[in-house]
Amino acid sequence: MQDEAAVLRRRDLLSLIGAMAGSAAMYHAMTSLGFALESRYRGPIRLEGNPKGASVLILGAGLAGMTAALELRNAGYQVQVLEFNGRAGGRNWTLRGGDSFTELGGATQTCQFEPGLYINPGPWRIPYHHRALLDYCRRLNVALEPFIQLNHNAYLHASRAFGGVPQRIRAVKADFQGHVSELLAKATQQGKLDEAVTKDDQEILLQALRSWGALDRKYNYSARLFSSEHRGYASAPGGGLSATPVPSDPVALSDILKSRLWRYLQNFASYNFQTTMFQPVGGMDMIGKAFANELGDVIRTNAQVTRIQQNDRCVTVTFVDTQKPAIVQTAAADWCVCTIPLTILSQLPLDVSPATKAAIDAVPYADAVKIGLQFKRRFWEEDNAIYGGISYTDLPIRQIAYPNTGYNHTGRGVLLGAYLFDGANAYEFSAMSPAERVARAVEFGSEIHPQYKSEFENGVAVAWHRVPFTLGCSGDWSDDARKEHYADLCQIDGRIVLAGEHASELPAWQEGAILSSLDAITRLHERVVKT
Amino acid sequence: MRLRFAIGLSASLALIASAAAAQEGQRTFSSGYRFVEMSGEELYNNVCRACHMIDGKGATGAGTYPSLAANPNLEAPGYPVTMVIHGRRAMPPFGDMMNDAQIAAVVNYLRTHFGNHYTGVVTEQDVSDARH
Repeated sequence: MQDEAAVLRRRDLLSLIGAMAGSAAMYHAMTSLGFALESRYRGPIRLEGNPKGASVLILGAGLAGMTAALELRNAGYQVQVLEFNGRAGGRNWTLRGGDSFTELGGATQTCQFEPGLYINPGPWRIPYHHRALLDYCRRLNVALEPFIQLNHNAYLHASRAFGGVPQRIRAVKADFQGHVSELLAKATQQGKLDEAVTKDDQEILLQALRSWGALDRKYNYSARLFSSEHRGYASAPGGGLSATPVPSDPVALSDILKSRLWRYLQNFASYNFQTTMFQPVGGMDMIGKAFANELGDVIRTNAQVTRIQQNDRCVTVTFVDTQKPAIVQTAAADWCVCTIPLTILSQLPLDVSPATKAAIDAVPYADAVKIGLQFKRRFWEEDNAIYGGISYTDLPIRQIAYPNTGYNHTGRGVLLGAYLFDGANAYEFSAMSPAERVARAVEFGSEIHPQYKSEFENGVAVAWHRVPFTLGCSGDWSDDARKEHYADLCQIDGRIVLAGEHASELPAWQEGAILSSLDAITRLHERVVKT
Repeated sequence: MRLRFAIGLSASLALIASAAAAQEGQRTFSSGYRFVEMSGEELYNNVCRACHMIDGKGATGAGTYPSLAANPNLEAPGYPVTMVIHGRRAMPPFGDMMNDAQIAAVVNYLRTHFGNHYTGVVTEQDVSDARH
């Protein structure tokens, strides 16, 4: 009762603050009272004070660089962005039919997808709590649609369990939960939990286990209509004379345990993957394109940075036009926001302190591979009733992700036929030619969807260690390296500050890039206004 | 006409893709985080080749993967052993993904291939010592 009163008092206070000072003040108040802590984003940045015409050179037109450019320009700075690629966006990237891409080693792929079909080789999903990214999508009019992380009708697959037959996520989850509930209910009834749970609570616990685990009246998890409501029916309810549903048989606990399929359930539980997740309508690069439209000719593409120098007055960056590399050019500004990936920055001549340099050298990049496959028809929907979501497997392809758009449509479709992040298989696929990556993805995927063999048309494979503009997927900090170097990496070093997912606690997420950039320019602006 | 052409092209692409797989023949795939490949040659082909390429000559984009061909940095075996274990800059650390025998095997392979003819053999003990 005491707790309840305290909560009521807090709520009263909050509504009072809301009424008096508006929702922004209420949000700050909620945060300081311990609510709404799920994002570090505090709404659109306000850089107050006059920068008096100061200039900032921004290196890299990914989301971190473009966030800095947009906000610093709005605050009155003169900004210029140098970008290595022929397009803005960086890892915010979508491949569509007709797009060409040359990886390190020289292999060129031209995507053959039908118009309207695509894959996102980089980031592909946005958690609801990535409030900064969502706010920029809103401000830049980027339309969003749901990204399906958990589809109960997608598969969990273990090549050496259940004869290699993929299992529906729904059934694995229901059976695992059902058996665990039955065990716990029996232990409760046998008095084995008496020390841990009071008698009153035991009664409630039994009710909860029956409901959560779909147990029968005797607390057994068995083939009954109630458990079938969780795991699916042998014969589903129908109409007319053939209406009677037939319950399905649960899989034995031992089979579930030995299959190791339970390990995939964490993909639906962890904070980063909880519903609601989003994707931009039409491809992830809609975000990068919206930023780039806003910035216009502030961004200079095909500019490869070769050296970064600073003194107590300015920053000078040497670069070449990748189309005419013989001509060396320079750009100078009062300040520099550098978002170049550390794999590349660590190799450039750069005037920074030994501590900053040590931090730049200390972060390896994770490997990742994504493979998009086009098929003649959306057989996963037509034949398997899988609409969006992800199947997980212990095969080297690890995942098959179904398109979260264009449902129930006759005609071609594109699957993400492999997504490898870190671990041995990512390197093994990176070491192959693009054609072999695609062929292997088709070969492995057909163990889960035999339709692959007759329906496959073409594919495209991106191995991030072979991507010329990143040399890897994302900053892969060890705990020790973060402890030793993270603060040094983020500090303003003279007139240079670093930003990007690598300078965040959200590595590999676009939100990390944006939050890092907002934090960096806030500190930079404070310094500029003070001097 | 256009539709028929598209189908013909798709079928031939599918054939090219499966031919590419057949050409490469049997490949080893690891089942977990760690590599299962054991020989220096197979470790190079399935891991190092991702960045240092089939000829060991590396590649250059916005940054560079150095060439391992005729590379004097491989003469003293301690350097490549340390690089494979701990990584540096764009080179990821493989100390947790390969055991001592695997690291010794791949370093010995590098020191005797791609135009490198360095003498002396790296042992598991050398790798173990370099870990600490």
